Amino acid sequence: MSDQGRQFGVEVREEEGEVVWSFSGEWVLRVASNQRRDVYRKRLVHSLREGRKIRLEMKRMKDWDTSFLGFLEALRKTGVNEHGCTFVDESVPDGMRKLMNLAKAVPEVPSEKSEKPDSFLTQVGLGTVGVFQGIRCYHEFIGKLLLDFGRLVLGRASWRTKDFWLALQQAGPQALPIVTLLAFLTGLIIAFIGAIQLQKLAADIFVADLVGLSMTRELAAVMTGVIMAGRTGAAYAAQIGSMRVNEEIDALQSLGISPIQFLVLPKVIALVLMMPLLTAFANVVSIFGGLLVAMGVTDVTVAQYHWQIVGAVSGIDVLVGLFKSMIFGVIIALSGCYRGLRCGKDAASVGRATTSAVVTAITWIVVFDALFAVVFHILGI
Amino acid sequence: MRDEEKKLCQEPIIEARKLTMAYGSLVVQKDLNFKVRTGEVKVIMGGSGCGKSTLLQHLIGMMAPAAGEIFFFGEPIPSEEGRLRNLRKRFGVLYQGGALWSSLTLAENVALPLEEYTDLNKREIAELVDFKLSLVGLSGLGRRYPSELSGGMKKRAGLARAMALDPEVLFFDEPSAGLDPLSSRRLDELILSLRETLQATIVVVTHELDSIFAIADSALFLDSGKKTATAEGDPRKLRDDENAPSSVRKFLRREADS
Ligand SMILES: Nc1ncnc2c1ncn2[C@@H]1O[C@H](COP(=O)(O)OP(=O)(O)OP(=O)(O)O)[C@@H](O)[C@H]1O
Ligand SMILES: [Mg+2]
Repeated sequence: MSDQGRQFGVEVREEEGEVVWSFSGEWVLRVASNQRRDVYRKRLVHSLREGRKIRLEMKRMKDWDTSFLGFLEALRKTGVNEHGCTFVDESVPDGMRKLMNLAKAVPEVPSEKSEKPDSFLTQVGLGTVGVFQGIRCYHEFIGKLLLDFGRLVLGRASWRTKDFWLALQQAGPQALPIVTLLAFLTGLIIAFIGAIQLQKLAADIFVADLVGLSMTRELAAVMTGVIMAGRTGAAYAAQIGSMRVNEEIDALQSLGISPIQFLVLPKVIALVLMMPLLTAFANVVSIFGGLLVAMGVTDVTVAQYHWQIVGAVSGIDVLVGLFKSMIFGVIIALSGCYRGLRCGKDAASVGRATTSAVVTAITWIVVFDALFAVVFHILGI
Repeated sequence: MRDEEKKLCQEPIIEARKLTMAYGSLVVQKDLNFKVRTGEVKVIMGGSGCGKSTLLQHLIGMMAPAAGEIFFFGEPIPSEEGRLRNLRKRFGVLYQGGALWSSLTLAENVALPLEEYTDLNKREIAELVDFKLSLVGLSGLGRRYPSELSGGMKKRAGLARAMALDPEVLFFDEPSAGLDPLSSRRLDELILSLRETLQATIVVVTHELDSIFAIADSALFLDSGKKTATAEGDPRKLRDDENAPSSVRKFLRREADS
């Protein structure tokens, strides 16, 4: 069955003051090619004149599908709206007329969206308003969170312990393998780079100081933060975001349940509790990684390494790291949940919410880390 | 040509033989035997949760039967990806939730199958999309996003998308859920004229009794208790047939269990 020999066409002629459009052949998607249709469309549009009567004739038409109806309806609209033509469809097959009437049954809604893009000034204005609205929303969110936290402390919040355990499980034990692996490798890398440089000065033993100090004070917390932002923060945003898409958040609110109590608080608290534990673990693992390099690349022994670490790293250093990690936990959980709650109602905005949750979290982690460095320096800690 | 078509009409377009459907070990329906003939409107009915949507998933080849077979045009549903895709091109599916792509506008939703599978140019696609949207009563709303629509409007837009390519077989999962009586009447008319003019075969899942009596050539009744089809046939006859299972008659007469 080749489509080659199959034809379709239209003839325009005048008869008793009427214009007759006489369609013939097979007006179906498979047969009717684009160029031919364009030619026919031009011919038909050309015959549309002020106030004319147009008779549709389809006796010679063999086959048609809705692509023909789309073609015809568009022409009819132009004819009626722009030229005040009337169409006579007596000889149109019944089935086709039914479909055409169905299409006309509901009047067209005048399109409410303008195609013209906003002017530059409007865009700037909208952008500025958007920024301020964003800031306000964020403050509102933080405020509500603090209020709900207060209620929780007073024991007046709707708190689901099961959800909390689940959040703890997700933010803690389930993140342990990836945190362990990356901390171990970081310890290894820092020790390796350090060892090669320090060997030149015959100061091999200071590998321990390098690994111990940099990890406990800075890197363990920051690294765990970045990992958790990508892992848990993104998950929070995606979960809450898709709940918004499904109207689950609306359902909570309409029941008078605060989504912040119900969804956000357990997650924030879980992450704040788990971050220091993960960081502490990262400390230990990375120092162990450093030890392996120290023993392999230099002649430092286990005992030497141990005493060197104990001498170099003070309790304060460890506490500083752990404290920072708690703050990072707050940042990650808040950006995840906030972006999730502010998510739009379509799938694409869940994606955007997730991305921006991770980006926001990592940005603030680094900014806060810098702030802490300055503050602790001034305080002399 | 005519005779050939007549003969085709006798041929079942879809046939299920001893079909068993299951999610893992949870059997939803078993031992389904039925045929859908070319050009008929087949209604699948039954209580909520009895497996109607699951049956549609099987018919469009999205789920594999746990046992038994489904035939399309006399051949079993191909397992090979390419042939399955070719088969699916001949289907139009309306999912229960509408399943519109949320990042595309209504018009783009309906246009996507046309862009993928035809070589129409932009203007023709736009004309066709306008027409399809007006068929479901949504003309002029093409530039809205699905999130800006009501539930019933989403349903109707899904319908327009399912019809985009004038497929041979249309599967509608509860097309009239969420529609007002008038729109739902128009939908019935649309289904009937699609069948009449385009010779489409239509499989509809619906609970609307009015609709069932208006459109169905044949109905298949799935029972959630017995986990199999308890009746098949013309719904008007089933309603009045004293031999039909009482659950089916009650369903069709809208009687409560006493
Ligand atoms: N993904 C799934 N996994 C396990 N069981 C499922 C799954 N989807 C559905 N079910 C079960 O299969 C059965 C049939 O579901 P199905 O969605 O087909 O019902 P339905 O007849 O379409 O109901 P409704 O009229 O409410 O749409 C139900 O009992 C449901 O619990
Ligand atoms: Mg269903």
